[in-house]
Amino acid sequence: MELFGLYHYWTFAVLLMIGFYAVIAKSNLVKKLIGLYIFQSAVFLLYITMDKVDGGTAPIIQDGVTGQVFSNPIPQVLILTAIVVGISTTALGLAIVIRIKEAYGTIEEHEVREMDHRVA
Amino acid sequence: MVNLFAMFLLTLLIITAVAIVRTKDLFVAVMLTGIFSLLMSANFFILDAADVALTEAAIGAGITTVLLLGALALTAERERPVSAPRWLPLVVVAITAVVMIYATFDKPRLGDPLAPVHQHVAPWYLEMTPVLIGIPNVVTAILGSFRGYDTLGELIVIFTACIGVLFLLGVPRGEGHQPPGNGAAPPDVALSHHLIPRVVGRLIFPFIVLFGLYVQFHGEFGPGGGFQGGAIIAAGIVLYTLLEGENSSFSAVPRWTLVAMAAGGAILYGAVGIAGMVMGGNFLNYSVLSNDPVLGQQMGILIIEAGVGITVCGALLTIFHVINAREHC
Repeated sequence: MELFGLYHYWTFAVLLMIGFYAVIAKSNLVKKLIGLYIFQSAVFLLYITMDKVDGGTAPIIQDGVTGQVFSNPIPQVLILTAIVVGISTTALGLAIVIRIKEAYGTIEEHEVREMDHRVA
Repeated sequence: MVNLFAMFLLTLLIITAVAIVRTKDLFVAVMLTGIFSLLMSANFFILDAADVALTEAAIGAGITTVLLLGALALTAERERPVSAPRWLPLVVVAITAVVMIYATFDKPRLGDPLAPVHQHVAPWYLEMTPVLIGIPNVVTAILGSFRGYDTLGELIVIFTACIGVLFLLGVPRGEGHQPPGNGAAPPDVALSHHLIPRVVGRLIFPFIVLFGLYVQFHGEFGPGGGFQGGAIIAAGIVLYTLLEGENSSFSAVPRWTLVAMAAGGAILYGAVGIAGMVMGGNFLNYSVLSNDPVLGQQMGILIIEAGVGITVCGALLTIFHVINAREHC
């Protein structure tokens, strides 16, 4: 049981690093953005993991029911808005990638860099 | 049993993430990203975060996939192989992962009611929401009222991102413009020649929008609110656009309406705050909006949630259309 209590955090660490690996090791810019997406999802998982209370339920108060235990609503509020902001920033990143494709004809980072060197 | 299922889902998440990073086919990677979001949403639900699960399902699995696919159509379908294997990044992430896993042994275990995060201000919110706001959903109460400043800020971030995408990819040419050589056939008949998507899509489209409106306005009582409702309605209109083509979508919801929605929602939110100031309270204090402070809070939350929904819907659709219109240039 003790082991299960930390499994969510381990998943968070592994997912965060998988996403980070894609950001630093992959050359394709869309792949980098997908890596960033995995990275931020891992952070969301960390926050939501912290909101759980044993025997708790979603923080929606029902009339006439007493003695309910509720999970912590604050991480939920933070992550709810963060998800929508996350998609907005991903869209902005995609727009930049599209412009890079139009300017360089490629979305591979090493090819873009080579072209820059050739000009310089 | 639930614990075992949660572990199963988390393991699936890791497997999916590894598959996303390993595949060279970007189309496969995007599809797996959709699955990843759906699994993440199920995890959030198991962890009692119903509102977050709804948001992730609508935005992560729905809108993100569509935007990524739109970007793929403009860039490349496949990743080019990199000549030299990159060991350094692998070593760096492996070491960091080990360090982080080592650090988790100091974390309170899952669901510990004595964890520090549950001691600070959360009990106060849970206790005072029925008294001060009088709505069942504590998440909506915090989002709309207790931390209304944060939400206004987030909304402006979304609006700014929308403006940024418009600046980067430009406002597409007018509706009447057609690329030469296509004659009478518009280039964007989209999916309308596929029988099953057309029939099923047309059938479920009104229900998606209806469900979006329900989620939007039921957010004070159950999981839902502006972020989810706006995203679901946007997803419904995206589906309509994919089925019927850009032009018929624009004749239903004109382009200028979308930009006006993205700005108008944020303005509506701010206007509620200023109305509170005019009526003698602080910025975004809804209690003064009505003689009964609790009723005022509920009115305020209803209006700002509508503002959130309008901005989210408008911004997401603007981004979608701008990326989509680029394909025909």
